[in-house]
Amino acid sequence: MSLNDPLDRRPLSRRTMLQSLGAVGLIAGADRLLPDWARSGAVAGPRPALVPRTINGESVHELDVATTRLRIDGRATTATTINGTVPGPLIRLREGSEAVLRVRNHLEQDTSIHWHGLLVPSGMDGVPGLSFPGIAPGEMFEYRFAVGQAGTYWYHSHSGLQEQLGHYGPLVIDPADPYPHAFDREFTVVLSDWTFESPYRILDRLKKQPDYFNFQRRTVGDFFRDVAQEGFMPTLRDRMMWSSMRMNPTDITDVTGATYSFLLNGLAAEDNWTGIFRPGERVLLRIINAAAGSYFDVRVPGVPMTVVGVSGQYVEPVETEEFRIAIAETYDVIVQLPDDRPYTIFAEAMDRSGFAAGTLATQAGQRGELPSRRRRPTLSMMDMGMSMGMDHAGMPGMGGGAMGTGTRRAPPGDEHAGHDMPAGAVTPPTKPLRAPGTLPEASTHGRDRHGVGNAMTPMNLQSRLAEPGAGLGEDGRRVLVYTDLRALSARADFRAPLREVELHLTGNMERFMWAIDGVPFRDAAPIEFTFGERLRLTLVNDTMMNHPMHLHGMWMELENGHGDRCPRVHTVNVKPSEKVSLLVTADAPGRWAFHCHVLLHMEVGMFREVRVSGAGHTGHEGDHRAD
Amino acid sequence: MPTELSSRRAPACVRNRIAALTLFGAFWATPAMTQAPVDRAPLHEMSWGRATMLLTEVLEYAPQSAARPVLFDLIGWTGGAVHRFVLKADGSVATVGQATHGEFQALYGRLVSPFWDAQVGVRTDLRRAAGTSASRTGFLVGLQGIAPGWFELEPSLFVPTDGNVSLDFTGSYDLYLTQRLVLQPRLESSISLRDDPAFGIGRGVAGSSLGLRARYEWRREFAPYVGVVWESDFGRTAELARLAGRETSDVLMVIGLRLWR
Repeated sequence: MSLNDPLDRRPLSRRTMLQSLGAVGLIAGADRLLPDWARSGAVAGPRPALVPRTINGESVHELDVATTRLRIDGRATTATTINGTVPGPLIRLREGSEAVLRVRNHLEQDTSIHWHGLLVPSGMDGVPGLSFPGIAPGEMFEYRFAVGQAGTYWYHSHSGLQEQLGHYGPLVIDPADPYPHAFDREFTVVLSDWTFESPYRILDRLKKQPDYFNFQRRTVGDFFRDVAQEGFMPTLRDRMMWSSMRMNPTDITDVTGATYSFLLNGLAAEDNWTGIFRPGERVLLRIINAAAGSYFDVRVPGVPMTVVGVSGQYVEPVETEEFRIAIAETYDVIVQLPDDRPYTIFAEAMDRSGFAAGTLATQAGQRGELPSRRRRPTLSMMDMGMSMGMDHAGMPGMGGGAMGTGTRRAPPGDEHAGHDMPAGAVTPPTKPLRAPGTLPEASTHGRDRHGVGNAMTPMNLQSRLAEPGAGLGEDGRRVLVYTDLRALSARADFRAPLREVELHLTGNMERFMWAIDGVPFRDAAPIEFTFGERLRLTLVNDTMMNHPMHLHGMWMELENGHGDRCPRVHTVNVKPSEKVSLLVTADAPGRWAFHCHVLLHMEVGMFREVRVSGAGHTGHEGDHRAD
Repeated sequence: MPTELSSRRAPACVRNRIAALTLFGAFWATPAMTQAPVDRAPLHEMSWGRATMLLTEVLEYAPQSAARPVLFDLIGWTGGAVHRFVLKADGSVATVGQATHGEFQALYGRLVSPFWDAQVGVRTDLRRAAGTSASRTGFLVGLQGIAPGWFELEPSLFVPTDGNVSLDFTGSYDLYLTQRLVLQPRLESSISLRDDPAFGIGRGVAGSSLGLRARYEWRREFAPYVGVVWESDFGRTAELARLAGRETSDVLMVIGLRLWR
């Protein structure tokens, strides 16, 4: 590790120098001479971690939430910042310590900070209305919790749409034990999306024209192009199929590069965030998707990436050339950079409407080459749930073979796979649950179509964990899929679930209605977990969009066919028409949030309270300060 | 408690927009925002929420037609994802002469299936031509939504107090020539139960109009267009028109603006 490497200090000292220059420049009225990033507060290189202040012998991280004028992507704007920058400062904690974080609210409305992926007492979880009242204007809230885990995480506001306004930052917990993988240097890479428009206005527009930001629709020209390539009848059939469903195959993300600037550590690609390495070094990249509405496909062209951590948790090293990072996920990858040349970190938005990029360079001022852009993907029959009789769970390796995916493509066979489920039934209580850690069985959708808030019910539901997702893995590159991920060590407490909770992710794009089981949060009862129970959470995506689902307070063990090596995640992406199952041990009493991390989906109700109570716990632990 | 939070107050954008429904003048009152307002963000309401929209699906001028009419088909709504209050206005105003007619509707709309709104309410028709004027009012029940194939359809049944029931139909389709250039065929038609000379309507298929408009979405909310509209009377309605010395069909070249906010 080389946290104290003088190379890491170089950008800092340069920044300090420029800040001093800036102070002089302001007096001389020559502020404009400074490059944009020097005034924005986001520097073009790694920033040092936030230095805690010692108060009464305690190490206290001080965070100030405020409205700040700064420059993003070359334009002056106003953001909701933490300690004056977007993203906020890197918070570095140590496993086994007690974290004390004081958050002061300098805004004119309430704010909050949620520590994404950290298992903390409910009262410290930072969800206004669930865990605490929020932080009123002018007030300070002290978060205090034991740090019982290590890895790459992040933090963000859980109030309104503040996250879209810049209220997020990286959080890294150094492990108590040595890292299981070797690296010489590390960089934190925060991917995000910025808009110069009000996110409330964006939401308002989507309610009136759901494809407002989609400028990649299929046009008449595309029709003739497809006719030339596929033939007239297949093209016509394809168009009729989509239009009869009243679904749009180019509806990949709601909000796109039409309004978003995609940022890497707060900088647009032009501003060229740069991390300095020495040739031959192994560099750990802690990649965090802090975007409000964007998935990214990440790669470092020219070198393979070894994934060593997901959701902050170690996984068996697995090599890939590109991976898709869903909103709110974190991936730790190690790249070995052999040559004395710049390498690009390229993060292309899933709908190809833009990209974020930065450079890993051997000296400042270098800029990596940008790879060519790809055409936007279109959704498929699989996304529609119309793939009759296809059964991934029963065909291990099919996804990998067909998609040209990762190195560990065949999950262990799933003896339970098949169409043995009665149509539309939630697992009846009398039927024993399938073995823990196995992929979910394919099934057909039940009769409940979840009301007017759900425009589509896929006929066939199946595991799609072995698929990389629309538009990824189509250019011969090795790409990562969820079935590639295995926890580094077997879980000692790996138990079979005693019951199953099935939730359907629902939506009606035409009126921008997103919900769970067709009911928005405001009208829904909490989901009750009994303290200490082990259960299976099955998520079925009835929509044509990806949904990154995040459970607060407890790990989800992603059942990807690897038994007691199933990876633990705080956020799981659920593809269109996919059925995903997760194991949860309800070991955290209190009131927790479970929601889609597409910010606008959450805002309109794709959210549930999960209440863990019983066995001496009321489920209201979160109403009080912890301890 | 989350429920308490949700009742704190409506988002500022919603509150600001409630006033905008009635006035055309307020249409462009809010300038495009160049930066995000970061104050007064409400806490999570986390429901499907409310919105208010005003749309000029048709707002056009036919300069070569004898009456040089301004034609309009406006729709405004306010409410949530399921329940809405809907206002519609469809008609034309001559700038030469006095030929003016319009249908005005005030409706309650409810989403009854993912793509269909059921609407009930009142409709008033006004007509003025050559020194005479007429009006009728009644009850309307209709549907508005998207049919398989992405056809936007709006069938309705009008039961005026005089008992001359009519069935009206509007259908349109947006064909994207490019990402911003949209060709829209649009059909409006009406079938009447009886003759109604005051309105120039005869029994059967009364009149139809078929329009083809090409708009350019300079912004989604601001789309100038040009179009051609073929209007024709049929059957008894055409006979009544001929008796009154009016043309029974016309082809209008139109220029217009499709606006919303």
